[in-house]
Amino acid sequence: MSDSLSSLIQAVDAADSAYALLKAVQNLAAAKLEGAIPTLVASLSYNNPGAAVAAVEGLIELGEPAVAPLLEQLDGHNYTARAWAIRALAGIGDPRGLVTLLGVATADFSLSVRRAAAKGLGTMKWHWFPENLLEIAQEEALEALIFVARQDEEWVVRYSAIVGLQALAQAIAQTYPDWRSQILAQFEQIAEQDESDAVRARACWAQQQVQNAVPAPKVEDQPSPLSASDWQMILDKLYDRKGQERLVLAEGDPRRYRGLALSLSQNDENL
Amino acid sequence: MANEAELQAGLQGESLTVEQAIVNLQGEDLGLRVYAAWWLGRFRVNAPQAIEILIAALDDEDDRTDAGGYPLRRNAARALGKLGDRRAVPALIHALECSDFYVREAAAQSLEMLQDSACVPRLIELLNNQVPGTLPAPEPPQLEQPFDAILEALGTLGATEAIPHIQPFLNHFVPRTQFAALRAMYQLSPNPEIAAEYGDRLVQALSSQDLQLRRTVLADLGAIGYLAAAKPIAETLAENSLKLISLKGVLETQLVETPLPNLSEGAIQVMHLMDELL
Repeated sequence: MSDSLSSLIQAVDAADSAYALLKAVQNLAAAKLEGAIPTLVASLSYNNPGAAVAAVEGLIELGEPAVAPLLEQLDGHNYTARAWAIRALAGIGDPRGLVTLLGVATADFSLSVRRAAAKGLGTMKWHWFPENLLEIAQEEALEALIFVARQDEEWVVRYSAIVGLQALAQAIAQTYPDWRSQILAQFEQIAEQDESDAVRARACWAQQQVQNAVPAPKVEDQPSPLSASDWQMILDKLYDRKGQERLVLAEGDPRRYRGLALSLSQNDENL
Repeated sequence: MANEAELQAGLQGESLTVEQAIVNLQGEDLGLRVYAAWWLGRFRVNAPQAIEILIAALDDEDDRTDAGGYPLRRNAARALGKLGDRRAVPALIHALECSDFYVREAAAQSLEMLQDSACVPRLIELLNNQVPGTLPAPEPPQLEQPFDAILEALGTLGATEAIPHIQPFLNHFVPRTQFAALRAMYQLSPNPEIAAEYGDRLVQALSSQDLQLRRTVLADLGAIGYLAAAKPIAETLAENSLKLISLKGVLETQLVETPLPNLSEGAIQVMHLMDELL
């Protein structure tokens, strides 16, 4: 371990105030060292939103090597840490996060987690998928994003799903022109019907960009680091998912009100 | 925003129906009455019967706190703003005379939402602390009147006659109140350059050391939709959720000036910033 890495990690461990912790995590994240990953992942569970934001940004920057530790974090019981880990996974776009993001975007109770997952579903590193899995993965993402863009009760989550759909439309424009048309038709409808002006505006803009074939932001050209067993696991999870019916609550269902009450209690979440 | 009691009531009362809420609002159980008033506003139940009962609840005498406050009146006043029925305006103007600071605050906020200028003279009197029988806020800094709510209402209602009464508040000792005055002056200044000076003073407040103040300014900038604030909003140190809500306000102001499906340069700039915060 290099001197600078160990002293940066030590500073995180030694932080004795919320502000000191924030500064220490920011410094550690800014160093962009792979050895920092376990400490960055751990700091997602310190209940310090500023530190968590810095850690998420650092982990996204480090990318693929952070994916396995983040997936382990998802198994934990700390909900806040889990939410931050999902945000990091969404930002990295690694295929191993796909099934998690599909579930979260459509059903998580925290709107800021759904929001992050929806954008992440559109900006997966699609070029890392093997061809036989790519079609299934993109179709699942398409279906989930259309569902969220039309049905989520929070404007910002629908907005985010449109951003995701736009990225997806740009990624599949050559390979699946019929999906592209389907996405455009959704934009058209949302632009006319959504109750939020901001969402309608984003749909208009997405429509224009996809129609004018504004190229999607360039992706880095790294080769896929995933192994055959990773792919098998992703595929298994996808099939499991296919087998489950999505729980869609009807208007007036009392559980919806529980969700609303919960979302009120989330007003102070710092995501 | 719901307080803890409301939230708890929310969890117990999740299966409340419109009919039941209306019954509860007229019932004996004071807790259920306060909750029903909040619930009708929260779920935007603007049935005529609900409006009438809520208006009647503004005169409630049964529900008093130890300090003399009127919990049911507060919730009824808040709900009436959300329900968008202008029949509530005279009763809400009358509620501006209530001894309870929080009833006056809720009434001013609701009158702002209902967009009816009939309340402007009374709001100006209240701003100048000229309404007899009103008591200061019970806790520090013990302000005589809910100045923030009054100033914001006057700005939203386009009450240019209030400008000379608002100006002294630009130097008020409470920063939130200064922000509310800046926000109102931005809205009431017909000259865009002068308005921008007030907007820019709000933008400067985004670099305040105090997170709670930065959050307040985010809400103010979103409410006035000041385009030049978009980038500073995106860059300030606060939760992305709050920055997104603030930018939504800026975006929607652009959409008023350039209706969809056309998109102004400004609208696209704001959406770029929002995309990055998701």
